[in-house]
Amino acid sequence: MKQSLKNIPAWNAERHLNQVVKAMPPSGIRKFFDLVNEMKGAISLGVGEPDFVTPWHVREACIYSLESGNTHYTSNKGMPELREVICESVRSDHGLDYDPAEEILITTGVSEAVDLAFRATLNPGDEAIVPEPCYVAYTPDILLTGGVAKTVPTRLEDEFRLQSEDVAAAVTDRTRVLLLSYPNNPTGAIMTRSDLEDLANVVVENDLLVISDEVYAKLTYSGSHVSFAQLEGMQERTVILNGLSKSHAMTGWRVGYALGDPALVGAMTKVHQYTMLSAPTMAQVAAIEAMQRGEEEMLHMKHEYDLRRRMFVSGLNRIGLDCFEPRGAFYAFPSVKTWGLSSEEFAQRLLKEQKVAVVPGSVFGPSGEGFLRCSYATSRGELIEALDRIETFLTSL
Amino acid sequence: MDVVNTNFMNEILEILSENAKATSSEIAALLGRPEADVAREIRELEESGVIRKYITLVNWEKLDMSYVFAVLELKVALQRKTGYDAVAERIANFSEVESVRLISGDHDLSVTVRGKSMKDIAYFVAERIATLEGVQSTCTHFILKSYKEHGVILTEKQRPQRLVITP
Repeated sequence: MKQSLKNIPAWNAERHLNQVVKAMPPSGIRKFFDLVNEMKGAISLGVGEPDFVTPWHVREACIYSLESGNTHYTSNKGMPELREVICESVRSDHGLDYDPAEEILITTGVSEAVDLAFRATLNPGDEAIVPEPCYVAYTPDILLTGGVAKTVPTRLEDEFRLQSEDVAAAVTDRTRVLLLSYPNNPTGAIMTRSDLEDLANVVVENDLLVISDEVYAKLTYSGSHVSFAQLEGMQERTVILNGLSKSHAMTGWRVGYALGDPALVGAMTKVHQYTMLSAPTMAQVAAIEAMQRGEEEMLHMKHEYDLRRRMFVSGLNRIGLDCFEPRGAFYAFPSVKTWGLSSEEFAQRLLKEQKVAVVPGSVFGPSGEGFLRCSYATSRGELIEALDRIETFLTSL
Repeated sequence: MDVVNTNFMNEILEILSENAKATSSEIAALLGRPEADVAREIRELEESGVIRKYITLVNWEKLDMSYVFAVLELKVALQRKTGYDAVAERIANFSEVESVRLISGDHDLSVTVRGKSMKDIAYFVAERIATLEGVQSTCTHFILKSYKEHGVILTEKQRPQRLVITP
């Protein structure tokens, strides 16, 4: 006879949560998102993605592929043709050779690649050095591996370039990884070859692995992007992470990739095959089209960002928000320190009083306090209107 | 002309051909150059005839009072000395005519005409164009709907939305 359960205790889902996940604070961006979302007529400079729609030829190639019934899994590593075309482009852009068979993994966005890189390399207690202010995902991804994120501040007086002394000071005998993220979100900073060379000494002395998120590499406005892997002897100790989201206006497609030593990429592939299996097939097909025939449209978009960058940054300085010249990505990072408000207060009041949304720098780490992240991946007209409104706001302070 | 200046000129023309209302000060901010330089360059481009006119792209179909447009394909007898130019220039002088182009293929000239009604255009073609010396045949194509003009898609769809804040 079936016995009925008596005295079922109240269900407590919290009890079943992983402690690391439970302790993880929600992204500071979330709170702001809700505020902005409720406000009608707000101009948002808070968007971390291109305002361009993916070029039509790329979308069309995907549609054709779907019509042809291309709906199956791909190899775990990604479609061979995509791996080849990416390796070819990295060779022509940076002079770096990677074997399409062993040294590249196609991921579901660069976000997955970041997660995989930490999971494949960190043991519980291992430390990874993360320059700050930075994109919001690195520290949580490190915590999920049981690793420790050691943040290192970057500063306005260095135009937010990472200083090798700061890295050296943060190294302990548990440090395994140095994360680089240049051109940088949120500051727009880039690292020059000589900045990277300074770092290389620290990296070699302490036998570190460099995980280099270069998703904004194509959006470098003066000169061209230099990867840490390009320095002599550094290719083997670097995992390059990149994707098509920012360069080819393909954020929603979720296509990224990792390049590096076969042992490292192989370890990432192992995790990838048990979690993601393969990146979306239709997105990989679109990525092939974008890599093969998307150069002109990509340069056109970059040119437009560059025009807006000059206009917007000079506009910020003119109205009294001091801003150094960002040389990459599509963010300006002006200082509000002379205005007597914290970056969060400033952003909240600007939103309420003038309906312009910017992201407080503090969201990207303590060293972002006193700054605002303003994305100029929005139309010229909106940027001009936003500058007017910010000026009105400053006058009222 | 030196390369730097050619670039500067091209950049200005690109911006103005996208937006005829762009002011010298806006263009100067976009290019990071002094406003006076931009204003001088534009004046020179206007004076030399590189910039011919600042126009507004109107989507007439949004209005009740709309015009009728037609594309005419003309066969034209080549004339000694003047080739196609004399007859093309005569056609271009009519105020009804919006554009005149020499084209390759089965026909020689492609002419766009604007009128108030189809009848208007039909009479204009019959009386003024077909009767011109040198015009051997005409073929009138009335435009029924315009999908894209000057690089702008006119059939409106809702703009895809981005999230208002993303990391």
